[in-house]
This record gives sequence, structure tokens and C-alpha cells, in this order.
Amino acid sequence: MRLIGRRLALYAVTAWVAISVNFLLPHLMPGNPIQTLIGKIQGQVTPQEIEAIRLSFGGGLDKPLLTQYFTYLGQLLHGNLGVSITLSQPVTTILKQSVPWTLGLIGISTVLSFIIGTVCGALLGWTRGSRLDSLIPTATFFQAIPYFFLATVMLLVFGSDLHLFPVLGAYSPSLHPGWTWSFAVSALRYAELPVVSIVLSSIAGWMLGMRNMMITVVAEDFVLMSVAMGLPKRKVIMAAARNAVLPSIANLSLAIGLVVSGALLVELVFNYPGVGDLLLNAVQNEDYPLIQGIFLVITLTVLAANLLADLVYLGLDPRTRTETAT
Amino acid sequence: MKKSRFPRSPKVILGLCIVGFFLLLTIFGPLLAPFSPDNTSFAPLLTPSAHHWFGTTSLGQDIFSQTLVGARATIVVALVAGLVATMLSMVVGISAGYIGGYTDDGLSLMSNVFLAIPGLPLLIVIDSYLPVNSRSNTLVIGLIISLTGWAWGARVIRAQTMSLRNRDFVEASRIIGEKRHRVMFFEVAPNLLPILASSLLFTLLYSIGAYVTLAYIGLTSTSVWNWGTMLFWAQNNNAPLSGEWYWFVPPGVCIALVGTGLALLNFGIDEFINPRLRAAGLSSKQRRKLGLPRRQRLGLTPVLRTKVTTPAPLATTKPVTT
Repeated sequence: MRLIGRRLALYAVTAWVAISVNFLLPHLMPGNPIQTLIGKIQGQVTPQEIEAIRLSFGGGLDKPLLTQYFTYLGQLLHGNLGVSITLSQPVTTILKQSVPWTLGLIGISTVLSFIIGTVCGALLGWTRGSRLDSLIPTATFFQAIPYFFLATVMLLVFGSDLHLFPVLGAYSPSLHPGWTWSFAVSALRYAELPVVSIVLSSIAGWMLGMRNMMITVVAEDFVLMSVAMGLPKRKVIMAAARNAVLPSIANLSLAIGLVVSGALLVELVFNYPGVGDLLLNAVQNEDYPLIQGIFLVITLTVLAANLLADLVYLGLDPRTRTETAT
Repeated sequence: MKKSRFPRSPKVILGLCIVGFFLLLTIFGPLLAPFSPDNTSFAPLLTPSAHHWFGTTSLGQDIFSQTLVGARATIVVALVAGLVATMLSMVVGISAGYIGGYTDDGLSLMSNVFLAIPGLPLLIVIDSYLPVNSRSNTLVIGLIISLTGWAWGARVIRAQTMSLRNRDFVEASRIIGEKRHRVMFFEVAPNLLPILASSLLFTLLYSIGAYVTLAYIGLTSTSVWNWGTMLFWAQNNNAPLSGEWYWFVPPGVCIALVGTGLALLNFGIDEFINPRLRAAGLSSKQRRKLGLPRRQRLGLTPVLRTKVTTPAPLATTKPVTT
């Protein structure tokens, strides 16, 4: 339980750092971006919206920085992330529409990629030195391709040339979002290509890590022993894999951040209406309240996912429950 | 003659060739380019031909020249970011691991916080607040990327330093009264060389990805040609959907090749520090030559013995890169 306590503390500190960075950046950057921003949107949005934006940055710029910091924290607690300049809606409202899409997309692809990659890696490690090893350079190549580039190629080949998958958007434009069967099918069909491209980009890391661990574990005495005892091969592989998978799971919490970063861009390529697409539009329009709101939401979600991964690890590795050290 | 201890597997040699090729391109690329990358005097959207090897953009710019010129900015930013980040992770990792105590607690907390914050969104937020003239400055961008890329290396280096801290040679230099920073950077650091090298390769890989991504979403100045900007223009002109593959494939393949080269070199380092992986990577022909059984046998992953002075590594499973 100490471990969970420590992790919780770490994530709490991380969340605080992210929130503070979010506050400090616009205040410390050269050129006074907040003033410029408010000057620029004067007349485009209502005075109430300007006030909300001003408050979400910490209120009056003439006040001391610390006062502004506390105003900012208070606004955050009340869920005021400011108002998007381009969409003239509160940032929280906009995020509520796009977060579910991203959560679904990234959640499904991370789980798929982890499972497939780990199984392949275990088999590669078991049959080390065989012809299957030639898969490794290929996997490395896929790992080195930026997510968005692979997505672009997939879009070109399978979406626009072969017309195998529907592309652009998250569901058929003729349907209305709702809990209907046809909508669910359409949403799944539209998610196929993005999911496949995220899985392809992220799978190599799991595969290579698992293979290397497996090679180390297979050399241990207990594996030799279980073969000598005449256990079926399947059982031996399972036993070895169960031990080899622990570092992968320990790394899961680290990798989530990287997968999320990559997946955000995949959304852009496929025009998927998630947070990534929103973020990039916000960047191109210099919609600072929206950019900052999205950064916070992504960071907090990733931290929650990290905590979940840590809990899984704790359940699987009995050593963490007895050892006092980390 | 002393034989080199670096594994000479085909993987490593291939990696060296690829990385070497692109380093040459960084130096000579802009000189080799047949046209100026900004020259818009050609017909738009030409498919690849003898005159325009990679075709032209919708503005009539030569894509081959853009690719050659773009190599420099891309790789220079990656080098700046990679070197700075590795220096940072070395200083933080060795200090945390060697000094211990509160220093360790503080530094470890710092690197764990940086690891937990997703890098790309942070980069985007910082970068979107940069004044426009700094966005075209490769040095500034490189430094910002290094800020988000050092934490993983620091963690690995710290763990390895802790296992070195109580070795006899370190004790000995402490007893003869060497200063602390001397022990840290002249006794401990050289023994971390393989890990440092691997961490450098890893951060280089990360930095290229990060820089190209920033450029791709239009957060670096479009006046500096790099592979990410090329992809940015291709995407903005809907090249993927209109089938203009020659526009975005060259920069993408270059990025992937550099990445593969770096990763292959990293395999070499992994095999260097973990002798078990070395034997596992051999083909059956090489195994026979070394007098090993032709097929891998259970419980007997042979350790190819060379005089390895570094201690056994921790599991270096690296998270996937963007």
C-alpha cells in the first residue's frame, strides 16, 4: 500500500506542476500574450466572455502574480477554463463533446496494441534465433515512422484509393449521434482505420520489450525445470511470459503519455472529432484558452490512466506488496 | 590486435550506414540540391521524372530539393535537443544516484513529474506562446524539446549509478580523497558509457519525432525548410486525399529511415550490455561458426563472452516513441 501512496503523491504533485505551468506560461512569455489576446478579440466576443477569459487567466493583470494565481485556481475549481475565442463557447462545453471520442479511440488502440504486441513478443522471445527474428527490423521501421505519417499513408491507400474503410469524421454524416444500433456500427466502422494505424505505430515497442525480457526469463532455471517435468509447452510459455510481462506493465504508465501524444495527431489526419483535432485547430487559430484547457484535460486524464496501470501492476506483481522499497 | 568489442552484427552495420548517410546529407544536402527549395518557377504537381526526381508541389517547388535542404534543420534540431537532453539526464541521473538522500528524492521527483506529463501537449502549449521570431530559431526549438525529453534517461542513469556507487573502485577513489564531482564525472560516468549512448540515441529519436510533429502542425516557422514543414504543406493542400503521394512520402520515409538507423544502433548497444541478446540475434550460420548448437536450447541462452566491464543491465524496455 505504501507504493500506491507514493504513486498517488507523485501524481498529485505532477497535476499541481501541470496546473501551475499552465498558469505561468502566458504570464512569463515575452510579449505579454494575454494583453495581446484580449486586445485582439475586443469587439469579436461579448464583454461577459472577455471577463470569463480574463478570469481564467487569473483576473486583472495589474494585481500581484500570487493573487492572480489564486484567482486562477479558484476558477479552475469551479470548472471555468475560459471561453474559446473561435468557437465562442465555454471550453468545458467544447471538451465534453470531444473527450469521449478520444478516450474511446486511444483506449481501444492502447489495449489492442499492448495485448497483440506482448503476445507476439513472447512468441518471438520463445523462438529466438529462428527466422521469425527477421520481423524485428520491420517492427523497428514501423516504430520509427511518426504516427501521423503512417496514418496519412493508410488514409491514402485504404481510405481514398481502395475505399475499404470510411474516412474523415467519426460517423456517417447522415446519422445523428445517439444510442442507436446503426450509429454504433457507423462509429465503429469509422474508428477502424485510425485504430489500426495507432496500433501499427505503437505495437513495435511492446513487441521488442517483451521479446528482450522473454529471452532473459527463458534462460532461468524454473523454465528448464518445468520443461524437464514434462509440462505441456503451452503452459511453460505461459509461465515464462507471466514473469516476462511485468516490466512491460510497469512501463505501461510511461508509455501512455507517448501513445496519447501520437494519437492526437492521428485524429488530425482522419479529421476525427476528438481532442487532438480540436487542439490543432486551436493552435492554428491561436485560441489560447482552448489550448490550455485541452492541455490540462489531457494531462489529468493521462495521470488517471497512469494510476490505473500502476494498480494493475500492483495486482500482478506480489513483490511490490511486500517490499518496503520502491 | 585487440578486437573491437562492439558487436558487428548486420543490424548494427546497417544502422551505422543509414545514420552516416543522413549526417552527410545534413552537411552537404543544401549544396547538393539542384534548385532552391523556394523556387516556384516550375509547373505545379509534376509527378516524379528525371528532371524533378520527387516531382513538384502545388506551388511548383522541387520536392527533391526541399528534401535535401530540409535534412539540415531537422537533424540539427535533433542533435541540439538530443545532446542537451542527454547532458541534463546525465547530470541529474548521476547526482541523484550518487549523492542520494534528499538530493535523490528531489531530483527523482522532478524527473518522475516530467515523465508523467505527456510531452507533446506540453510542447504545443509552450511553443504556441513563443513569439514568431523564436519559432524560426532552431536552437530555441531544440532547447524546448530537450526540456521534455531528458527525464527517461535520467531515470535509467540514476538506477545504474546506484549499482556502481558502492563498487570498490569508487570506494577507493573516495578514500584517496578525490572530490565528489570528480568521482561522479570521471570515475562513475565513463562506466555508464553504453547507457549514455543508448540514452542519446533514444533522445535523438524522440527529438526528431517531436520537431517534425511541431512543424507538421504549423508551430515552427514555415520559412525554415524541414521535413515536418514539407508534410505540413502537403497536408494543408490535401495531398493525401488527392493522391499526390510523391509530395509527402519522401520526407516521411526520410524520417522513418533516420529513426530506423538510430534504433538499429541501439540494438547494438543493447546486445553489447546484455550478452544473452547477443547470442539470440545470431543467424544459424553464425551460430555454427561460433561452435554453438544450431538450434536455441531451453535454459541455455549462451552468453557470448567478451571482456565486458559494465555490470549487468537493468531491463531496458523503452516505451514506444511518437
